[in-house]
Amino acid sequence: MILGFSPREVLPERSAVLESLGIPPTADVPERIEGIYARAADLLNSTVAPVGILATLSVREFGAVYTGEGRNESSSPVADIYPRAEHVALFAVTLGGETSRAIDQGFESGDFALASMLDALASEGADRLAELVERRFEEHLRALGWDTPGGTALRYSPGYCGWHVTGQRKLIAYLETEQIGVTLTDSCLMVPLKSVSGVILAGPSNIHRFRPTYLFCDACETRSCQGRLRALFSEGATEGRGRT
Amino acid sequence: MKALSDITQAVIRGDHVGAGSLVQRLIEAGVPPKTILDRGLIAGMDVIGEQFRIREIFLPDVLLAARAMVAGMDRLEPLLVRDGIPSQGKVVLGTVRGDLHDIGKNLVAIMLRGAGFRVIDLGHDVPPERMVHIAREEGAPVIGMSALLTTTMPAMREVVELLRKEGLHGEIRTIIGGAPVSEKYAREIGADGYGSNAADAVEVVKRLAGVALGGSPGPGG
Repeated sequence: MILGFSPREVLPERSAVLESLGIPPTADVPERIEGIYARAADLLNSTVAPVGILATLSVREFGAVYTGEGRNESSSPVADIYPRAEHVALFAVTLGGETSRAIDQGFESGDFALASMLDALASEGADRLAELVERRFEEHLRALGWDTPGGTALRYSPGYCGWHVTGQRKLIAYLETEQIGVTLTDSCLMVPLKSVSGVILAGPSNIHRFRPTYLFCDACETRSCQGRLRALFSEGATEGRGRT
Repeated sequence: MKALSDITQAVIRGDHVGAGSLVQRLIEAGVPPKTILDRGLIAGMDVIGEQFRIREIFLPDVLLAARAMVAGMDRLEPLLVRDGIPSQGKVVLGTVRGDLHDIGKNLVAIMLRGAGFRVIDLGHDVPPERMVHIAREEGAPVIGMSALLTTTMPAMREVVELLRKEGLHGEIRTIIGGAPVSEKYAREIGADGYGSNAADAVEVVKRLAGVALGGSPGPGG
């Protein structure tokens, strides 16, 4: 299933973009930086062509995709979670190639501040797009009568948390992402660069709970999973999900 | 000289048009290019670097200043080359093999240029052999490597090992950076330095370039 989105839908939160550039939410942002942000947001709006592709599959079928080329860590959160999932879908999303070209042009022309702001906007925007697809899948399940108490759909991507990036080959082949203009390089990076792929696992929220004690967790610099889990299990987390 | 301090202020303001025309005016007035570089442009970037370090300003401010610096350098560089004035040093930069993410590397390149280094930017997806070959061919004392993915980080180790194998370790130093990389990882693979951000990377490269050119190693070097 191919999913279309409007440019407005992928425009990320301003605070998230500025924070990714090291500007804290409490900072008094100078006018000239606000001006750069506004120009970059306009540029994002005029260059993005957000699109996604989604395919449901069985837990067993996903097992074969997840195995990939046999290079995953011996244990991982996804390997522990997916057998308990009630519904599974693969997805890929992209902002299209025009935004990446605009970023490159910004750097080439010397407008470094604009180019880096646009890059930050696009990175956050691609993540937001993935989140929109995650929500649409959950809504789709609800519309079909999925009513597991506390049921939550969360996404996981190759290249993180023990799922080797080469796993992306099977995932991309299964989805036939060339339909939305996404291809893989020899080193398994998606082109256009501002793209995200992965699996959405839906089930009782508890299946997503894990401790960061896997072998690779020690070397992890981001620990972003912890923020996501906190958001999922914090009191009053109505939507039951955090950002990746 | 007020005109030099005007250039410094133009850099600090991020006024690339002003910085370019002020540099041009001083060139035409016969001020030595090295003086304009050191006491005008680099002086401005030094202030910016310090303001960024103490979080008085943010990355976009630094990049605006860097654009002003580059506008001045565009006019000065041919004259510095003509006069045989050496740069602060050469640095070979690249995103490692298999990785296409080069924003972080681009920012480091801009900041290094702003600090007076000559940067040979090899782009992204650069094989270890190419990094080492170019550094040797260009006589660059430092190789800077960037990676955004945990799966491409091992290519950094390959560069370090290749330098060892070719007897260049110590002559050519290495600095690494990128989201999944840490100081601990740099030590593990035998890299000579780690930059946690672009401004930090410039300070580390300054130290490494000094070491490789015959100075004494700094802390952690």
